[in-house]
Amino acid sequence: MTRMRITTRTAGEAELPAVDMSTDLAGAALPSPVLTASGCAAAGRELDQFMDVAALGAVVTKSIMLKPRSGRPTPRMAETPSGMLNSIGLQGPGIDAFLEHDLAWLRNRGARAIVSIAGGTVEEFTKLAQRLRNVDGVTAVEVNISCPNVEDRGQVFACAAAPASAVVAAVRRATAPGIPVLAKLSPDVTDIVEIAQSVVAAGADGLSMINTLLGMAIDTDTMRPALAGVTGGLSGPAIRPVAVRCVWQVHQALPDVPILGMGGIRTGLDALEFVLAGASAVSVGTAVFNDPSAPARIARELQRALGDRGFQRFSDAVGYAHRTEPEA
Amino acid sequence: MAPVQVRGEVLSLRRLGDYHALTLVAPGVADTARPGQFVALAVGGDDSSMLLRRAFSIYKVQQRGVYGGTVEVVFAVHGRGTAWLSRLQAHDQVDVVGPLGRPFALPLEPVSAVLVGGGYGSAPLFSLAEQLRARGSRVDFVIGASTESRLFGALEAKRMSTQVAITTEDGSLGERGRVTDVLPSLMRRAGSEVVYACGPMGMLQAVSELATAHGAVSQCAVEESMACGVGVCMTCVLPVVGDDGVTRMVRSCTEGPVFAGDRVRWADVGTVPADTWGAPAGGQA
Repeated sequence: MTRMRITTRTAGEAELPAVDMSTDLAGAALPSPVLTASGCAAAGRELDQFMDVAALGAVVTKSIMLKPRSGRPTPRMAETPSGMLNSIGLQGPGIDAFLEHDLAWLRNRGARAIVSIAGGTVEEFTKLAQRLRNVDGVTAVEVNISCPNVEDRGQVFACAAAPASAVVAAVRRATAPGIPVLAKLSPDVTDIVEIAQSVVAAGADGLSMINTLLGMAIDTDTMRPALAGVTGGLSGPAIRPVAVRCVWQVHQALPDVPILGMGGIRTGLDALEFVLAGASAVSVGTAVFNDPSAPARIARELQRALGDRGFQRFSDAVGYAHRTEPEA
Repeated sequence: MAPVQVRGEVLSLRRLGDYHALTLVAPGVADTARPGQFVALAVGGDDSSMLLRRAFSIYKVQQRGVYGGTVEVVFAVHGRGTAWLSRLQAHDQVDVVGPLGRPFALPLEPVSAVLVGGGYGSAPLFSLAEQLRARGSRVDFVIGASTESRLFGALEAKRMSTQVAITTEDGSLGERGRVTDVLPSLMRRAGSEVVYACGPMGMLQAVSELATAHGAVSQCAVEESMACGVGVCMTCVLPVVGDDGVTRMVRSCTEGPVFAGDRVRWADVGTVPADTWGAPAGGQA
């Protein structure tokens, strides 16, 4: 029996304008600037039923830890206006099974993989980076520092410059030269530029921003927290203005530091906002739950939007909103 | 079995008691759909503030016909998403992903099977009954709900079965009580070897335990809330014992929604039991 792959959002299926969509993300050459986001695409396999994951800039895999992890009890998710809260608790198979099954699948599929790692101590992050060191098919390492630091009363690494830098420095040291290390920043800080500067000083080759915002919802029927984990990460279009602001501020302060921008991207124009603010590539996260082929659609929409604005190369649009020259 | 994502078009929306039955023209979904599988519908249109897909088990499919392939689902209005679905009109568009999930396992030999549906949970059981009968199996039905208007498919069940038992908690139709009140005697009369069930978690737990007590195997389709339906969000998990005897938090969208009843740790749904693979307390982590 033949298997149909039916594309649905065919509006605008007309020829796309010629725009060079390739990008360089901290030294990683990507054919497309649109990627998946960690925790929203598993390891690509499920979404490959709905789009060609090898055509994406990369698949950013769900944060992997050293050991298998069950995650938190349910309910783990609550829908909120133009967004959602999640409290999954980093459920995953552990690095060994990930390398054997998930990364191997991505490699065989010809997809680029940016591997997100998560740990509770600097040592765990180091071990994870070491496990990835001699493995084929790792395009970059993304460091999920929005994890509780078990050695510091569960304080999240990303929320202070010193612990964030310590993790990033350790991962950079343990990672093969030539493989970019991206630090994923939390918006739940007073000054994201300060954190960005410190992790770059610690060796981060690029920044992924932003992670979810801490939020909470209460079920008014049960009159208890909606999530079993009480608080959760807010994502989706509701957080997009916060994310664009973060990308803007960091790009302004650190114009040479590559940024992988994310936070509520649902359309090509949403992606364009991040690019204009300074992102060299974008990740599509929560929108995938609504539309499992969203990254492929957004890549087409972004290409069209760039062409419509006279860009012949994607890279010319990066940070374009910061330009100071007067309009012609 | 590969699912497709298609822009579906509303063919009809009708009221059935307290429920709504929505038929969508959705080419490619019907071709491979099997009983017990589901579709995930986007709600509220392209700019919707409701991002999460709503999952519904498939009631009927039609592979061909004047309109091309169609898929029909049954739902009750619970919140804003289902309220939006209930206001759809002919030719409105709905993004459909499906068929998704593992279907009911069919026996290789003819058996005596009893199909148990609670509320609109009975929706996926009728296509299952057709397939069981086509394979020479005996099919009996137990259909239950809180009240008559919340029963789904009682007449259809009568047409398709040897015996049918109907229960309502208020006694407005059939026997007063729950499906589990009448299931044991029906199983004894029918010599049931397999129980298929779909409905609320509490009902599935009770049906699964009764099946085991009567030496029958059970296949239960769970209703867990999902965000994506395709296996990437990890929200619809429940503790299930694997072939190796180890409990894991598994996704009801991809490993389910149909599970062998004796593998689900029903009493622990909503928790992570301490002996779960990777659990923080004890376990293998």
